[in-house]
Amino acid sequence: MSSFLALLKRDIHLSMKEGGTLGIALGFNLIVVTLLPLGIGPDLNLLNQIAPGVLWITLLLSLLLSLDRIFLTDYEEGTLELMTLGPLPLEQVVIAKAIAHWLCVGVPLSFMTPVLGLLMNLSPGQFGILTLAALIGTPALSFLGTIGAALTLGLKRGGLLLPLLILPFFIPTLIFGVSTTTGYLFASGNYESSLALLAAISIGSIVLAPFPAAWALRVNLN
Amino acid sequence: MRNLLGRINGWIDRLANPSQFLKFSSKVLPWLGGLALIGFSIGLYWAFFKTPLDEEMGQTVIIMFVHVPAAWIAQMAYALIAVSSFGLLVWRHPLADVSAKAAAPLGAVITFLCLGTGSIWGRPDWGTYWQWDLRMTSVLVLFLLYLGLIALRNAIEEEVQAGKITAILALVGVILLPVIKWSVEWQQSTLHQPAGIIRGYVSVEFLIPLFIMAFSYTLLFFYLHMKAMRAEIFRRRTISQQRRQVREFSSKEEQNLQTP
Repeated sequence: MSSFLALLKRDIHLSMKEGGTLGIALGFNLIVVTLLPLGIGPDLNLLNQIAPGVLWITLLLSLLLSLDRIFLTDYEEGTLELMTLGPLPLEQVVIAKAIAHWLCVGVPLSFMTPVLGLLMNLSPGQFGILTLAALIGTPALSFLGTIGAALTLGLKRGGLLLPLLILPFFIPTLIFGVSTTTGYLFASGNYESSLALLAAISIGSIVLAPFPAAWALRVNLN
Repeated sequence: MRNLLGRINGWIDRLANPSQFLKFSSKVLPWLGGLALIGFSIGLYWAFFKTPLDEEMGQTVIIMFVHVPAAWIAQMAYALIAVSSFGLLVWRHPLADVSAKAAAPLGAVITFLCLGTGSIWGRPDWGTYWQWDLRMTSVLVLFLLYLGLIALRNAIEEEVQAGKITAILALVGVILLPVIKWSVEWQQSTLHQPAGIIRGYVSVEFLIPLFIMAFSYTLLFFYLHMKAMRAEIFRRRTISQQRRQVREFSSKEEQNLQTP
């Protein structure tokens, strides 16, 4: 457990120090939401209607940008190979890295959604559910993302391939995330079942995703 | 019973040997191709000239005979890839990788055929080429998964590694496809009207040619799959032969250098 925590601490520390990934993710999220009203016209009612879907899709895309970094830096400098020899099973390495990714990218992105909601004509009373749904949904994205990151590890064009592989797997999170938000905003508070299912998807991903990811890492490191 | 199981196991073991497979497939291929040809001739003739026109759909019902079997085969091809991937990862059969590799492009093409004919059929019947209903969405996701499998395999240079990595993706897909399908279904049931396009019954006049077509599709798929597997085995043999020649040549060169 102590080596697991040490790894988690190290990963959080490194990604905080590097800083690049989070900045790019937040900036990308902002720029897409900025472009959208310019593209479809500044009709405030329409923006309000499509806000949940738009915010979730930009969240997915921004998070996607940082996924290939989960293992890449450690792979390039050889630390990942050392970790396979270390005391920690590779599955736990994957879990530590996914948690670190969630804390460093998923959580900040979740707290950014209300700000973007403001641009999409949502009222401040509706911000709580946005952040809550994003906080509950993003762990699934980080954990499923490790599978894609592990599969494309070390490929020259891996960064371009990753979205094609991993975006279909994000569909359940997208559906339940959006329906939680729309349920709360437009269907007078009927959102608990969607939120529960969103949490179920996240828990399922947390439990199951580390195994194929670690498997793919083993194949790619040999 | 045990004797029978043992014989089946022995048969599979022998078939897993590439040379045995080549011998076996060279015998089976003409039969598969011939039967598929006969099946398609009967099925298409029946579909075009013998089936009554549907009361509501009219002539466009004929598209069903091309479209529905394609949808079945699209799913069967993915199941075949999944089984092959499992065989590769668990039992390390070299032929399993060949099978998975050969099936992916075939499956992608048939899935595309299913989507294409479906949307041509949808236009006169529902008034739209595309509708985000459960079946169409999940077939589209299946198509994306096929593309992912092909792209991932092409991106990895080392062949053994490419096989294993793609197999892991295929197995992850098997687990997640039902979840995706189920979540789309859930979304349909809560947000939209249930799509009322699926008819309660299909009459026997349609069922018989439909099954003949489905049978021919299956034969054609296995014909093409076997053909592609043979091509892949020959390709791998050629590569290993080339490598051996290069090795022999370079060792001879070394000897020549050492004995002047």
